[in-house]
Amino acid sequence: MQKELIKLEHISKSFDGQMVLDDLELKIHENEFVTLLGPSGCGKTTTLRILGGFVHPDTGSVIFDGQNITNMPPNKRQLNTVFQKYALFTHMTIAENIAFGLKIKNKPKSYIEDKIQYALKLVNLEGYGKRMPDSLSGGQQQRIAIARAIVNEPKVLLLDEPLGALDLKLRQEMQYELIRMKNELGITFVYVTHDQEEALTMSDTIVVMNQGYIQQIGSPESIYNEPENAFVADFIGDSNIIAATMIEDKCVEILGTRFSCVDTGFGRSRPVDVVIRPEDVELVEPENGIITGVVTHLIFKGVHYEMEVMANGFEWLVHSTVLSPVGQKVGIRVDPFNIQIMNKPESEDEEAVALEL
Amino acid sequence: MNSKKNILAAPYAVWSAVFIVIPLCMILYYGLTDKTGAFTLENIAAIASVGHARALWRSILLSVISTIICFLLAYPLAMILAEKKGRAGGFIILLFILPMWMNFLLRTLAWQTLLEKTGVINGILSFFGLPSLRIINTSYAIVLGMVYNFLPFMVLPLYNALSKIDENVINAAKDLGANKIQTFFHVILPLSVPGIISGITMVFVPALTTFVISTLLGGSKVLLIGNVIEQEFTQASNWHLGSGLSIVLMIFIIINMIVTALFEKAEN
Repeated sequence: MQKELIKLEHISKSFDGQMVLDDLELKIHENEFVTLLGPSGCGKTTTLRILGGFVHPDTGSVIFDGQNITNMPPNKRQLNTVFQKYALFTHMTIAENIAFGLKIKNKPKSYIEDKIQYALKLVNLEGYGKRMPDSLSGGQQQRIAIARAIVNEPKVLLLDEPLGALDLKLRQEMQYELIRMKNELGITFVYVTHDQEEALTMSDTIVVMNQGYIQQIGSPESIYNEPENAFVADFIGDSNIIAATMIEDKCVEILGTRFSCVDTGFGRSRPVDVVIRPEDVELVEPENGIITGVVTHLIFKGVHYEMEVMANGFEWLVHSTVLSPVGQKVGIRVDPFNIQIMNKPESEDEEAVALEL
Repeated sequence: MNSKKNILAAPYAVWSAVFIVIPLCMILYYGLTDKTGAFTLENIAAIASVGHARALWRSILLSVISTIICFLLAYPLAMILAEKKGRAGGFIILLFILPMWMNFLLRTLAWQTLLEKTGVINGILSFFGLPSLRIINTSYAIVLGMVYNFLPFMVLPLYNALSKIDENVINAAKDLGANKIQTFFHVILPLSVPGIISGITMVFVPALTTFVISTLLGGSKVLLIGNVIEQEFTQASNWHLGSGLSIVLMIFIIINMIVTALFEKAEN
């Protein structure tokens, strides 16, 4: 693992008596793409603003490269921010926007000129220097906002939902652009989003947050495949979350039927939650299934069919490339590897919540 | 559809014809003719006479000073208001607008009562044994009256322009290394230029043409161009000279507007 660059220690923050962050601990390494992911109000933007210096935490400290910068104003910090909705200076040309930070630091003219050209090239907008921000599309303005930040050679780039205002196609393009830029620059990106797909696509590390607490930190694969609680499972992708009982090691009773699984160490007869991803539910001939049910809904999603199957009193969400028409009797099978066992939530914050995104 | 819209616009067309276009034509007619109805430029040239030129110069000087004072007072206030979004800001704005609901004449008369030799302020000063204030019937009193009456017209457009600036744009400037002073001069001030221009116009133009403030607070001792024109119409009954001087004044206002418009264009 790379060298540790940022450490947040015991950070708490409340606004008007409302707790936004509670005793947050987070480590960010050099050259890492970290995404803070969560629903609105989960504290992810506040965390980013504390890093940028725009919000002062009530308690705790921000350590940057071994130095405590909790009380350092934003203009003295070696990080730069790409703001939501770009926040370009509309009274300046693109080149003046990019040059702003360097002019403030009194860099020589030729150096600034070189940097502008370099930055415009990096964001694929060569020749746009003389234009005004208003004459650019949203995606182009966002690239300029990134260019304006990176010419200052920050050690860390903070990005606050930078793709939120763009349409889907452009957003996907920009995701690849961001990964390319990050690799080219070799700096740390801290990225805030509520879009789980964005997080899974770009990140080295995802920090899932809810109600001011970190729910899980891990690689995209581990967050997706081994969610630690129902909130994470539900927030990252679709999933079937079912109350179950752990009979013994490697055996779980789901909806009255025993399934074999691979988890151990949960004890005997212990109530748990199981997570089964919809693509891991296999529909087979009724006689080959562990349980049987009837298809109740069918939607064509392009890549796959999305079906709902009523079995043992639970509506199973199923993704499959093979169509099973509504009303058909089917058997359900789940590979033991694909049954993820989770402890029952200990607090309300960890409970799965319905989200409209 | 279009003709329906035209019908709806008719009252406004009649209004502007009767109260704007026709009076303007009349002023042009009177200003460019003499009593016999013959064409002349004498009424315009009359501005060059010592008394008139001095009154115009004094008007320009006092309104420029008032505009500058208004700007210097209003800008920090508008900044504070723009930062205090929500209820607190709204309340302070209300406090500022409140005097505007009262009649303009009354407000100016109130200052007369306050500033008079035996007025309220001097009463208080003499009570404490302090020397009395002699600013009534001077240019100072006129400037005071102008600033007091026109300050809200400067505050509101500035407040509007400043509160429209995205907080993140200011944060971006800080993020890029600018301290508070640099952020102000490089970002906040340039972005508020439209508000500054409309504020300046809304204070300078009425200040340049006022005669009520100078009559009430300047006595008959300090004549502004507005007073001269008013007297030509009311006392001397010389509509031709009054109109001629009005045309000159209008030209000054138009020049002011062109200059500010050019300035605004250059900014964009």
